[in-house]
Amino acid sequence: MAQPTSPPAEPAVADEAAPGRTDGSDAAGLGRLRAALFVTPALLIIGVFLVFPALWTLYLGVTDYRLTGIAAARPSFVGFANYVRALTDPLFHNALWLTLLFVFGSAIIGQTVLGFGLAWTLRSAPRWVRGTVESLVLLAWILPGVVVAFLWIALLDSDRGTLNALLGTAGHAWLVDNPMTVLIVFNTWRGTAFSMMLFAAALAALPPSQLETARLAGASGWQTVRDVVLPHLRRHLLTNTLLISLWTFNDFTPYLITAGNPDHRSEVLPVYIYLTAIPGGQLGFGSAISLLMLVINLALAFFYLRLLRERRS
Amino acid sequence: MMPPVFTPAAFVRRIGFYVLVGLVAAFFAIPLLWLLTAPFDTTPAYGVQVPDFTLGNFRTLLANEQAMISLGESVILALGSMAVTVGGAALAAYALSRVAVPGRGALLYLLLLLSSVVTGTTAMVPIFLLMFEAGLIDSRAGVVLVMTGGLLPAAIFILKDFMDATPRSYEESARVFGARPLQILWHVVVPITRPGLATIAVWATVQVWGNFLVPFILFTDPAKQPAAVIMHTFYTEGGQPKLALISAFSLLYSAPVVAMYVFVSRRYGFRFHGGIKR
Repeated sequence: MAQPTSPPAEPAVADEAAPGRTDGSDAAGLGRLRAALFVTPALLIIGVFLVFPALWTLYLGVTDYRLTGIAAARPSFVGFANYVRALTDPLFHNALWLTLLFVFGSAIIGQTVLGFGLAWTLRSAPRWVRGTVESLVLLAWILPGVVVAFLWIALLDSDRGTLNALLGTAGHAWLVDNPMTVLIVFNTWRGTAFSMMLFAAALAALPPSQLETARLAGASGWQTVRDVVLPHLRRHLLTNTLLISLWTFNDFTPYLITAGNPDHRSEVLPVYIYLTAIPGGQLGFGSAISLLMLVINLALAFFYLRLLRERRS
Repeated sequence: MMPPVFTPAAFVRRIGFYVLVGLVAAFFAIPLLWLLTAPFDTTPAYGVQVPDFTLGNFRTLLANEQAMISLGESVILALGSMAVTVGGAALAAYALSRVAVPGRGALLYLLLLLSSVVTGTTAMVPIFLLMFEAGLIDSRAGVVLVMTGGLLPAAIFILKDFMDATPRSYEESARVFGARPLQILWHVVVPITRPGLATIAVWATVQVWGNFLVPFILFTDPAKQPAAVIMHTFYTEGGQPKLALISAFSLLYSAPVVAMYVFVSRRYGFRFHGGIKR
């Protein structure tokens, strides 16, 4: 790893009490043994509640573990039956497809485009405009998920909702007729703040002379963005895309708005896993699907870490 | 950079710019409006309307035992997880910052990778089963430990950065005067890294306060469910949702999160740790 593994060398203090145990930066005289003790509580919690569940998924996915009945008392080994079933289950295909739509529509397109657009236009806006818009975008991001979910349920209510009142479409049941569109627009609204802040930070670091040159050369706003700004922001774009894809892919908030209804039409993978494994009681099958998600997460994260390493070196 | 405002074309462009910004602002503001109007309305409805001002909804909320208990539960879970996360991360980050354990860089990266890959969604089945088998369903300590397990890697990673940046000379002097390592950590390192500790504390509190999935699957007893889960019950249970209660509850439940963000950004500046929010 390219991460600097040792802090800048400090003048070593003579260490009579613990000869040979320090490396010169151990200013408090901690020593290896005490350092290990300090690290233990955190590692123990991480090991039991993060690492173990992840590894256990591997085992659970090849069993017929259930919450009730005979398979609950004595789960048996079923090999790859769960995976075979997943690959042939139309509901799994449906969930996978909807998740893809969700990630592409709301994260890769919605949040990225809106986030960049806001960062770019607000740059030259008066302070109060910038402050107001940024606060609204941030508020959508920091409020608890249950609260924003209900705000959207109220907004989209068919009889008295604000959206129908504004559009003059009284009686239109958005959550029933367009559940996936709603989720995509909702998640764009919910998560744009991250992209906006990331791009705003990146734009602030852009050399002003290059923008000035582009302006003097008579480039239009769009030409400047395409030829000067975007080439500079390529890495930020990639970082942003990977992170928001990972988060959107794992987001459970759709459950709070549509819960997969109507008729599985908004049942993204996290909702599908929850419904099959916990109320449905099929823990073995649910684990198999979880593992598939875990592998996709891992691929995204590895890609991201490689990117970070390249940037550091 | 600003175009001169005198030419007609530039004027039209300015107008277009403000219309566009106005539309985007409206897109973000409209869903939020309800949270400002409905809690103060005598007859709150789904639609946003000018409130017929009252504080009666908050009286309804204060009289609702289940809602108030759930807020208390949220406080316990959030502060409990925050304490374990900050304590565990501070000890670990300090040790990893000061003692060169072989492979610590790789270890930190591995943990960070795990915590971003093993999300609540992918781990809900094994975690549910683990807690079920361990008899920790409906246990506050169980939820605190599960939440902490997910928060610790990022917390250690960020705190180690803070600790690496602090001068070691204070610790050396303290040691010369005979202070023990734990005393040095408490009296010297903690005060110096306070901004880092505060950032982690606020971040952990906000994460747990807003988390729905973990308490949702690990608590079956309604008396122990935190505000996130109870709020969900309020609007999904059969019959007409009690909007007076839901609106006041939403506002009271959201207020601490907003307050903490304002506090952190005022006091320490809005530090941009890629992705620390989730």
